[in-house]
Amino acid sequence: MAATIASFKIDYFQFLDHEGRLIDGVQIPAIARDLKQLVSLYQLMTQTRVFDKKAIALQRTGKLGTYASCLGHEAAHVAIGSAMREEDCFAPMYREYAAQFCRGVKMSDVLMYWGGDERGNDFSGPKHDFPWCVPIATQCLHAAGAALAYKLHGQPRVAVSVVGDGGSSKGDFLEAINAASAWKLPLVLVIVNNQWAISVPRSKQNTARTLAQKGIAGGLASVQVDGNDLIASRWAMDKAIAAAREGRGGSVIEMMTYRLSDHTTADDARRYRPQDEVDKAWKNDPLQRMRIYLTDQGYWDQVKEEEWLAKCAERVQAAVEEYQDRINNDPQPIDAMFNYMFKNIPHHLEEQRELARRFPAKGGHH
Amino acid sequence: MAQITLVEAVTLALAHEMEADPTVVIFGEDVGVNGGVFRATAGLQKKFGDERVLDTPLAEVMIAGMCVGMASQGMKPVAEAQFEGFMYPMVDHIVNHAARLRHRTRGRMSCPVVFRAPWGGGIHAPEHHSDSNEATWAHFPGVRTVIPSSPSRAYGLLLAAIRDPDPVIFLEPKRIYRWQREEVEDNGEELPLDVCFVLRDGTDVTLVTWGAMVKETMESALELEKNGVSAEVIDVATVSPIDMETILESVAKTGRCVVIHEAPKHCGVGAEIVAGLADAGIWHLKAPVKRVTGYDTVMPLYRSEMNYMPSVERIVHAANETLEFE
Repeated sequence: MAATIASFKIDYFQFLDHEGRLIDGVQIPAIARDLKQLVSLYQLMTQTRVFDKKAIALQRTGKLGTYASCLGHEAAHVAIGSAMREEDCFAPMYREYAAQFCRGVKMSDVLMYWGGDERGNDFSGPKHDFPWCVPIATQCLHAAGAALAYKLHGQPRVAVSVVGDGGSSKGDFLEAINAASAWKLPLVLVIVNNQWAISVPRSKQNTARTLAQKGIAGGLASVQVDGNDLIASRWAMDKAIAAAREGRGGSVIEMMTYRLSDHTTADDARRYRPQDEVDKAWKNDPLQRMRIYLTDQGYWDQVKEEEWLAKCAERVQAAVEEYQDRINNDPQPIDAMFNYMFKNIPHHLEEQRELARRFPAKGGHH
Repeated sequence: MAQITLVEAVTLALAHEMEADPTVVIFGEDVGVNGGVFRATAGLQKKFGDERVLDTPLAEVMIAGMCVGMASQGMKPVAEAQFEGFMYPMVDHIVNHAARLRHRTRGRMSCPVVFRAPWGGGIHAPEHHSDSNEATWAHFPGVRTVIPSSPSRAYGLLLAAIRDPDPVIFLEPKRIYRWQREEVEDNGEELPLDVCFVLRDGTDVTLVTWGAMVKETMESALELEKNGVSAEVIDVATVSPIDMETILESVAKTGRCVVIHEAPKHCGVGAEIVAGLADAGIWHLKAPVKRVTGYDTVMPLYRSEMNYMPSVERIVHAANETLEFE
């Protein structure tokens, strides 16, 4: 006997075309009509881009360490952060600043972290949110653990984690899918597929048609959306978070976007990536698509754009000043290196702390 | 008061703390209905339910990673790795996350989790079931590594490990899981972490060890006694951080020291103890410090494992070597 006992499909969602116009013949979600909210989300996308540009400039001038740019991911990141409630838990990787700004993390916190000061991870925003996570995809399991804690405590809270196309190849991501399935966890795993894992293109991660379908293997609701379409991304997040909160289990959302920047400021993508691919991706800029849409709806115009950009520049400058003031005038004491290793500091660390106090590095951090 | 084994003392401590603290959950493979392959969690799921004792999918990375998630959100997971040899996939989450979450967030978050594992050789187990990997954990900052060597110390130290606000690796010497019975009162009294236990007073040589090797070391002390040699025996118990003060105090008295461990010699915890003696105890020493350890080989399959394990004969021989110096 032979029979098909399981089969699957992955739906793709896009509501706004590349020119920022609603696609005909598709049922448009309510969020597309909530123009006041969309304006504020667009403003955050724009502010994030101004911030990102400034952070890179700070790195280039020696005022910031290595920095991971979020250029081109703004719609996906804002969709993720804005769909969450404060009591939900976010386990980011390391470039989802816009999602974190939605949750109250400050621009100066981001600068502190990339500026080499652990206090950046003691950020404003929910105290239960995870810090930036460099070991790829490990954050997915931290979110799964948080989701299990909420479920065991009977709390209607959701954990959200983000992984890249590269990270989706790691066991941690797959084990998080499996855990969400085994315990029906309130977990939303977002693959922000920006096509590049440093120098390795999406096509080399695997040859499956989508990355979203990895969620199907664990029995999770799994979709792919246009990650440069704020409306589609937010709609998918709202749906997945509602399902998780109502006890209907976890989801995988693959948001299709493009890394318009280098991987980090320590990378030079020109070595491995054709410029015409990047030029083409710029035509699909998520900010531009949203700007056209809001303008067409009568909620945005050139004057507002210029006023807002000026405001962003002011805010970013204030964040830079806050960061510089803190690292220059209120640096961490040497003790800080020892004081948070354990709540109850062991004797040998007390001895080493004494030693470090006696031999501070000369001339500051470098 | 009941006479119980070391593994029963583990169960007793788990049950005690689950009763006392509703945030404690047990998390691992086969820990529920089956009660663990060594029965360390026997009966706990029946008593506390499947939301307190969770059988997990077979995924060690997941167990460690989800423990970080749970511990950071107000729970106290006590995870079980089925054998120490299956802990290696957990290293990423233990080292990169559990051990540094408090530090990385300047105290905003913490990770009070216990990773338990049956540990060490000598039970004729299959391959990868007999490693002594305590030095692996002891090397990493931000995590304590604790090894009990008797039923009462298993009870008291496990309670302390669960109550500790930071991550603890709790390695259980499986060879002596059922070796001795002891009266252990279920009184909820913990034993202190970060300190050694002096098991036997002596004046001629200090024998420093931990885990199952306490058995051979105590037997060696009796052998030495027959020849009029008085050996002091110290159970290190917390191998990271090491309580050097107690060891130094003893060596100040005896002037001689042998460190015994089942793990490979190279960069073993014994090396750290010997370095500590060289640094702060050299003026007390009458003789070179000796180490009696497993060899720097892969743990053999069971037909040969006893050739690998330090024996009473080897320990007595090393002690006698130190006694050649007056």
